[in-house]
Amino acid sequence: MNSPVPSSSPAGKLSAAQLEERLDESLDPVLSSRRTAQPLAAALAPLSRDLQDFALHWVAVIARTSGELAFQFATLAPDVLRQSDPVSAESWIIHAMDTFDREGLYRGSSELKNVDAFMLASRHNSNAVAFEEAGNVLGLFICGLAGRPLKLEVANEAYTDTETLHLPARIFARASREQNFLLYKALATHLWAQSRYGTFNVDPADKLATFADPARARALYNYLETTRLDAIIARELPGLARELADLRDGAEAPPECALLREPAATAADSLALVEALYENFEPPTLSYMGVLHPEIAQAVRASRVAREKKELQAELAKLLPENSGSADTQPADGASHYSVIATESGSTPDNFELVLDGSPVTPPGHVNDLMQSITQDLGEIPDDYLVTASDGVYRDNSTEEEKTAAVREETNSEAGARFYNEWDYKRRHYRKNWCVLREADVKPGDPDFIDTTLKRYAVQVGQLRRTFEMLRGDDKWLKKQAAGDDIDLDAVINAYADLSSGRELPEQLFQRRLKVERDIAVMFMVDMSGSTKGWINEAERESLVMLCEALEVLGDRYAIYGFSGITRKRCEIYRIKRFADRYDDAVRGRIAGILPQDYTRMGVAIRHLSALLNGVDARTKLLITLSDGKPDDYSDNYRGEYGIEDTRQALIEAHRGGIHSFCITIDREAREYLPRMYGAVNYTVIEDVARLPLKVADVYRRLTT
Amino acid sequence: MSKPIPGKVAASKEPAGRTAARMIEREPYYEPIGGEIELFEAAYATQIPVLLKGPTGCGKTRFMEYMAWRLKRPLITVSCHDDLTAADLIGRYLITNNETVWVDGPLAHAVRCGGICYLDEIVEARKDTTVVIHPLADDRRILPIEKHGELLHAPKEFVLAMSYNPGYQSVLKELKQSTRQRFVAIEFTYPHAALEKKIVIAETGIDPALADQLIRLAEMTRNLKGNGLDEGASTRLLVHAGKLIAKGIPARTACAGAVAAALTDDPDMLRAVNELASSLF
Repeated sequence: MNSPVPSSSPAGKLSAAQLEERLDESLDPVLSSRRTAQPLAAALAPLSRDLQDFALHWVAVIARTSGELAFQFATLAPDVLRQSDPVSAESWIIHAMDTFDREGLYRGSSELKNVDAFMLASRHNSNAVAFEEAGNVLGLFICGLAGRPLKLEVANEAYTDTETLHLPARIFARASREQNFLLYKALATHLWAQSRYGTFNVDPADKLATFADPARARALYNYLETTRLDAIIARELPGLARELADLRDGAEAPPECALLREPAATAADSLALVEALYENFEPPTLSYMGVLHPEIAQAVRASRVAREKKELQAELAKLLPENSGSADTQPADGASHYSVIATESGSTPDNFELVLDGSPVTPPGHVNDLMQSITQDLGEIPDDYLVTASDGVYRDNSTEEEKTAAVREETNSEAGARFYNEWDYKRRHYRKNWCVLREADVKPGDPDFIDTTLKRYAVQVGQLRRTFEMLRGDDKWLKKQAAGDDIDLDAVINAYADLSSGRELPEQLFQRRLKVERDIAVMFMVDMSGSTKGWINEAERESLVMLCEALEVLGDRYAIYGFSGITRKRCEIYRIKRFADRYDDAVRGRIAGILPQDYTRMGVAIRHLSALLNGVDARTKLLITLSDGKPDDYSDNYRGEYGIEDTRQALIEAHRGGIHSFCITIDREAREYLPRMYGAVNYTVIEDVARLPLKVADVYRRLTT
Repeated sequence: MSKPIPGKVAASKEPAGRTAARMIEREPYYEPIGGEIELFEAAYATQIPVLLKGPTGCGKTRFMEYMAWRLKRPLITVSCHDDLTAADLIGRYLITNNETVWVDGPLAHAVRCGGICYLDEIVEARKDTTVVIHPLADDRRILPIEKHGELLHAPKEFVLAMSYNPGYQSVLKELKQSTRQRFVAIEFTYPHAALEKKIVIAETGIDPALADQLIRLAEMTRNLKGNGLDEGASTRLLVHAGKLIAKGIPARTACAGAVAAALTDDPDMLRAVNELASSLF
């Protein structure tokens, strides 16, 4: 852990008055005449100086996030610090702050107050498994198990809505890490199985609501379904089932449940049994049982069923042979009927073949997935799903379907947003999923801009091209090699002369072709903050035009993205040229259309763009930032040290991924902070903005040779 | 000073041209997955070159061995790599006994002896190298050897075949249109579950229940394709795992070594694949 380690200090304890003064400083915004720091100071006064310092340090740190949370911490701190060591206290604080970041003040402060439970957990701290450690593996595990793609998320209870598995943030119920991970895996597997094997396909919410005590009925249904799914898991995943047996702690299901173990058992059987057992059976709770939220699941399922029907019909229409769209080959009702053959490899079909008018059609991968998902919900592909819309409707359908697909894609990824961690140097921890980032397109600007620029710099562009042409890799023949593609005839003739004059035959008689290849991918990250307004923005755009001219000659792969945003919730990345895009009129238009936007939250932009850059296969990867100043944002104290440290951390992360970063800036004060962020040599300051367009390409040439 | 040995120069680099044509004597084990045998035979009869497309480990090379055996032609396999030059394929002059001697490369050799020349993983070779096969791959069926001043005409038994894995995401690993459009393509995929099971049993001798579980594991890893894995487990990996199990290695250990570690280096992915394997065995 990274807290200032309390060490004995020569100075004595702080008095209550001194403490109060320090607390006043940090907590000022949440104090009032009725709520003073005095009682807090009094409670902290008896502690040792080390613990006092520890408490004051964290009060100050938390106050930067939330004054209210800091106040509550100060209230709890004396008791907690007396009872536990600073290391567990720190993880308690971090946990509460993470919760605050994620779910707000109410949940954050309740986690803070929940200190006893946390300490109990942290007593087994070395054995606890947190979602951050296990989540990734579990996500892949669930994905491997097949079925509809599922998301994993942290929640207070373990449940599924049939599209997301909600899992607890940490598990510590068991005595060892392995056992706790197993419990995680068991929970996730059971939630997966609920979605895969139809726990919610029988509309359980409606039925369970009819009982006098719906909560009791729901618990019973949950237990019966767990029993049924356990039996399925035993058949499908015998290895896991063996491990689950250990977690069951010998709890045996009542004899009535025997029928649920039959391969033919369905959720309907469980639901029927609820009625039979409702009066006189107390369902036990197994450690790997989550809870059921049938209403939520049922609603999610209903909207999916409706959506997927439309999607499938539209997809099937697309699969129709080209000519059958015309009226003369259409059947009278204007629709085509498919039939479906499913190939089974387990208990559920995993591949489908479609038959249209007697001839088989193999559906593409995403249609197959869609059909699997439908089968998972309905047990089969109903006949009316296999009727494509008639010709006229087909076109409307397809556009409508594209629209819904696009919308769904957006909602799937939280309205197109991506989440990134941010480094808080005071906490010395990441704030998890702190920044919300979206990609957007740049509106094309005035096409004349490019021509004007090229005209203005015509001479320089010509020079630039020639310089870069010389850089371009050309084949070279290496003469007199020990091994090579071909014989070096000159060398051989010389060798013969040597040989006949009695000297030793040299071995270097071959020539070899050396291919000089540039294997470089470069990402330009352009500052689009409000401060670039005016001539800086123009210089930036001109630089990009010159750069593109040069790079087109060179053949290096390159992408250009702008970044800006306001607050952590609205970080924006503007696509100007992706790696796959060609340097065409659309790209030129977007370069011309670069406009100053809001602020400069650099860390998140670097994280996003380095992820994109890492998706490119190149020996050398470069991330070049064009900027005009320090990282800065509207709120959350991003300005100053916080932003510099976060940017530095993001660059370190990028470097670990094999990306070289470089910064070109026009901020004359940059020498004060850029070395800290980019390192002593990885930046250049261009004093004269007017020279930027000429310099950028030049810097790039130096960087890559 | 030691006396120069004639021929030493040639010996200093083993010429690629010495590739021996290999006659396949025994029938290789091969299970057809579709009409690929008929298709290949028809292409052979009409002298059209063949392109085998498919992911790694799905049986492309085995298929070539099988066809070589079936057609009773010598098989010359060239594993392509990015240093492969045109001279490596066609041939070069070497000095032997004080004179330069022409040595055929594998391609020229295959043309002369009317064999099957199989260029494995053709995209790994440089694009300028692949161009030399163009005159052989259309109806001219000739191989000009400029350095030797010779023009080889391919006999009707000669077959040019190459393999290609379209699963690579990289733009650098794409086949040029001018190359690919000269070939009849035969598409290979992983065999469906029942056939794959049969293959695993035939190759390893493990019992059917175990083979079923191996197939399930393969399906699970194939679900992960595109979610962190570039490829799912190939049939070849299953055969490896099966062979280890048949040798008495515990199933979980065998899968960890033969499947998980062979698929990925990413620690989380390794763990996930191992968890999948241990949920089955």
